[in-house]
Amino acid sequence: MAKVTFQTDLCKGCGLCVAACPKKILVIAKDKINKKGHSPAEMTDQSQCIGCAFCATMCPDCVITVEK
Amino acid sequence: MAVVFQKPKSLTDAELHYCPGCTHGIIHRLVAEAIDTLGIEGKTIGVAPVGCAVMAYNYFACDMVEAAHGRAPAVATGIKRSLPENVVFTYQGDGDLASIGMAETVHAATRNENITVIFVNNAIYGMTGGQMAPTSLPGQVTQTSPYGRDVKVAGYPVKICELLAGLDGPAYLERVAVNNVKNVKNAKRAIEKAFRNQIEGKGFSLIEVVSSCPTNWGMTPEKALQWVEEKMIPYYPLGVYKDKTEEVAK
Amino acid sequence: MAEKVLMKGNEAIAEAAIRAGCRHYFGYPITPQTELAAYMAKRMPKINGVFLQAESEIAAINMVYGVSGTGKRVMTSSSSPGISLKQEGISYIAGSDLPCLIVNVQRGGPGLGGIQPSQSDYFQATKGGGHGDYHLIVLTPDSVQEMADLTALAFDLSDKYRVPAMLLADGTLGQMMEPVALPEEHVNRVEKPWAVTGTEGKRKHNIINSLYLVPEQLEEKNLERYRRYKAIEENEARFESYMMDDAEYCIVAFGIAARVSKNAVVALRKEGIKAGLIRPITIWPFPKKVIAEAAEKVKAFVSVELSMGQMIEDVKLAEDCKKPVVLCNRVGGMIPTPDQVIETVKKIAGGNA
Repeated sequence: MAKVTFQTDLCKGCGLCVAACPKKILVIAKDKINKKGHSPAEMTDQSQCIGCAFCATMCPDCVITVEK
Repeated sequence: MAVVFQKPKSLTDAELHYCPGCTHGIIHRLVAEAIDTLGIEGKTIGVAPVGCAVMAYNYFACDMVEAAHGRAPAVATGIKRSLPENVVFTYQGDGDLASIGMAETVHAATRNENITVIFVNNAIYGMTGGQMAPTSLPGQVTQTSPYGRDVKVAGYPVKICELLAGLDGPAYLERVAVNNVKNVKNAKRAIEKAFRNQIEGKGFSLIEVVSSCPTNWGMTPEKALQWVEEKMIPYYPLGVYKDKTEEVAK
Repeated sequence: MAEKVLMKGNEAIAEAAIRAGCRHYFGYPITPQTELAAYMAKRMPKINGVFLQAESEIAAINMVYGVSGTGKRVMTSSSSPGISLKQEGISYIAGSDLPCLIVNVQRGGPGLGGIQPSQSDYFQATKGGGHGDYHLIVLTPDSVQEMADLTALAFDLSDKYRVPAMLLADGTLGQMMEPVALPEEHVNRVEKPWAVTGTEGKRKHNIINSLYLVPEQLEEKNLERYRRYKAIEENEARFESYMMDDAEYCIVAFGIAARVSKNAVVALRKEGIKAGLIRPITIWPFPKKVIAEAAEKVKAFVSVELSMGQMIEDVKLAEDCKKPVVLCNRVGGMIPTPDQVIETVKKIAGGNA
């Protein structure tokens, strides 16, 4: 059981977290726009998250907090 | 549930101004994590460069000084000589450290100045819009090498770790990269070691971080990291180039 | 009064700086200021201070910037071509509101010039030197004694106003030996809450910086700095008046040129010509008021300089074109003789009679 939270308004939608996720459960939410004007990253299926923190490791903007 | 990953407290709440996917943010975080881990935020003084990281003084929560282009190692020398018990680091890009500031870099290294230098090599001048850097690869297209870097005209890229390794002075030189999780974790270890070296009085430590510039390379952030793997790392091999820290300890 | 010792001007600066609490010196070898660095190299290690020969003048001034940011007294010294190299750093120091002392023992220029004395860095010292709107507090000694006294004063003024100070001497003053009563040990402890010394977790981080990307902020920073410059102009202009009470001809000269001019004043007085001397001790701020007052009384001014005529512009601005101002000068390392000054004054006096 792991939990990943995004500070969505800090996200620049670069997609490095999406590429790093081994479970392929992160996407860039093309239908959303945050305060900065970017489409932010979000998780599609929290239940599959293993809490590896690869996403947070590659995030250049400290958007992601991981709990396990 | 316990928090396994969060923003380090040695970073301020200021939002980073870097472009989407710019690895400066990762490297800032690694520096802040090292400061947190070693518990030295209260006695650390950072020196920011001129270049994309010019406003690093807003991002690190420790005391900060903004240096003129290339002069960070000289400024850090002054600070460290004034406050030897404090921890002093510079954060510099390739134009800053390897071109205009080459003299300051080489001489701080040869004096074995007890400071930590974080050198971000992304093979381009980012802030000014993508000109050829001292570390741009042969053939690399930039605004000022529009037909690709012609080594017959512009010369060859500067390999800082190899160059400084020829000096007797520096204590620790390592090249790392931040293009994937494994390399980021290794970079974290190296940066922490560079700070620990200073605390233990071992002298000049420089960590060269091979990095990306998606905007000025004209690539997506993900493609840029692939370019780091395929083009940058073969030219700038990762690894430890000098380590006097053990012999000092003996 | 302290016992007098025989010292070179360059050494007197160094010892006075140490007595003013300066424990950090960064320099790069250049004639004719070398004795200063050599003195520091010998003394600093004995008193727990730092002497470091930098890789260049550029590095030296940036080391000064670093130490000054930590709140400690710090200095560098050089001579004209080296001072040109330091201008980038000086602009940053001024733009970051940091105090420090820069010594320029001038030699002839431009370019590599020569190694003999000169005053041809007057514009560079008083009108900016580097880029941007800024000033240095510029003090001009005329004796080995003043080399020492003004060094101590320069540190105090620099700390007080957070403006870098320059001691503008020349090769003659640097090299010559005179008896000097060294100033007492003193440290002017100005609080420096802006210094970077580590937050110790007790305060928000301090930032030493000259970058302001918001133009309104940069403008306000400049305006605030100019309010301090105005206070300096009002309070810190220093000069010596010599035989000016009844003078009809006012010589204006500083440094070594003032010493020559003093001899000329005495000789002219013997011949019945009422000459006097105003010797600026600060050239920024320039002692405008005393020059303006003199303009009401004298018939003419003579600006005696080791340059092609730089200070003369400030003399003209100060006296507001009320009286003629004549240049008496030598350049390239040459020094005007008292006879040259006497002849210049006589020529004007003859013309006016």
